Amino acid sequence: MKGNILIIHPRDNVAVALRMLSAGELAVAKGIEGFRALEEIPASHKIALKDISRGEEIVKYGEIVAVSTRDIKKGEWVHTQNLESKRWKK
Amino acid sequence: MNDITGYERKDGKFGIRNHVLVLPTVCCVNGVINRISREVPEAVCLPHAYGCGRGGPRDLEILSRILSGLVRHPNVGGAIIIGLGCEISNTKSLLPLIKNAGIPIEVFNVQEDGGSLQTAKKGAAAARRILSEVRSQPRTALPWDKLLVAMECGGSDAMSGVTANVAMGVVSDWLVENGATVIFGENTEMIGTAHVLARRAKNADVAKQIEEMIERAEKLTREVMGDLASVVISPGNMDGGMSTIAEKSMGCIFKGGTTTINQVVDYGEAPSERGLILQDGPGYDGDSMAGLAASGCQLMFFSTGRGTPAGFPTLPVIKVASNTRIYDAMREDMDVNAGSLVEGRPVDALRQEMIDLMVRVINGEKTKAETNGMDVFTLMTVHPPF
Repeated sequence: MKGNILIIHPRDNVAVALRMLSAGELAVAKGIEGFRALEEIPASHKIALKDISRGEEIVKYGEIVAVSTRDIKKGEWVHTQNLESKRWKK
Repeated sequence: MNDITGYERKDGKFGIRNHVLVLPTVCCVNGVINRISREVPEAVCLPHAYGCGRGGPRDLEILSRILSGLVRHPNVGGAIIIGLGCEISNTKSLLPLIKNAGIPIEVFNVQEDGGSLQTAKKGAAAARRILSEVRSQPRTALPWDKLLVAMECGGSDAMSGVTANVAMGVVSDWLVENGATVIFGENTEMIGTAHVLARRAKNADVAKQIEEMIERAEKLTREVMGDLASVVISPGNMDGGMSTIAEKSMGCIFKGGTTTINQVVDYGEAPSERGLILQDGPGYDGDSMAGLAASGCQLMFFSTGRGTPAGFPTLPVIKVASNTRIYDAMREDMDVNAGSLVEGRPVDALRQEMIDLMVRVINGEKTKAETNGMDVFTLMTVHPPF
């Protein structure tokens, strides 16, 4: 099956949806086991690759791009509702 | 299989094109440049909007660095300089900066050479003369460590940082591994990533320069744009899935790959180090391309999601579309479709396609922007004209 998410860097704890994923859809990428999207993930948005605790860093491109503001489950949509800028607090 | 060739210059640099440049010192003589362009279409003519009326030291420094940098550009085998005579940036001030360029250069001034028509006639004859001279130069083996490749993004969309810049990043890493030098600028698009880039600096000195450069860019953005500064992370970006400024900027800087940053150079300045280099230049595409070109890059990759056709007069620009829709909509402008990653194509396969294309372009194959003549030449200024 062709990948529908992209893991940019091996250190990343989020992947990018290459197209819109429906809730319950299997997220697939090279080198990982498929897992279910827990909610709808818009195209080019982030999906959690593993459980992320509140206050944990969000890593994309192999670098810290944000900090989570609540516990995030593997397969959840990761965006402004559950993260904040490490630098510019809301 | 990755054998590349170019034109060796007297100073040891290599060009991958052998252009004859026709360059005005000031906008007042653009009409002369346009006449030469019509008479000798093979010459690369660069009419521009500058040369006088901006007397500040920083603007003059930038202008003379860019103009001299383009005459000394490795892809330039000969040059015709057309001046007026009374301008601030004149042929007399330019000549000392290009005298050891090691290529044939002829200089004319409209006020001394019989007016615009006579100067155009003399300039066109000189262009034909130098063209026939450079045509006989053979291509020879080009070592990869003589190659400087620029990475640029413009007209970005939400996929630029996911597909095109990721693909350019892996090409950047491949180039550095193979001894080439990679440069990228656009300091406004580095805001929020000082901690990432500084950590990758080769030493504390370079780290400090990176932090200062990004701090200046952020301060200037806030000063100039005021409340609008937040548009650097606009709702459009949020809708596209970029949640923070750091994430947005990571999508931009990833185009330079992941290797050690060996030097920070000023706008239009040629690097003295190899490997990965940062340029302290603006994000605006035209101005950014001129700064990177004046630094001596022979080739540029340029990612775009909204779809800009812009190229640069002295160098091949490889356009990398970030999504299949714009690749299809602008097929005659786009060289690579990084949107193919969305259809599940492996990054490695796309990287190989881009390396193979780059080798062919270095060896003479024209990019779409070159074929179409999509030349853009503008440069950064810091003050308004008087």
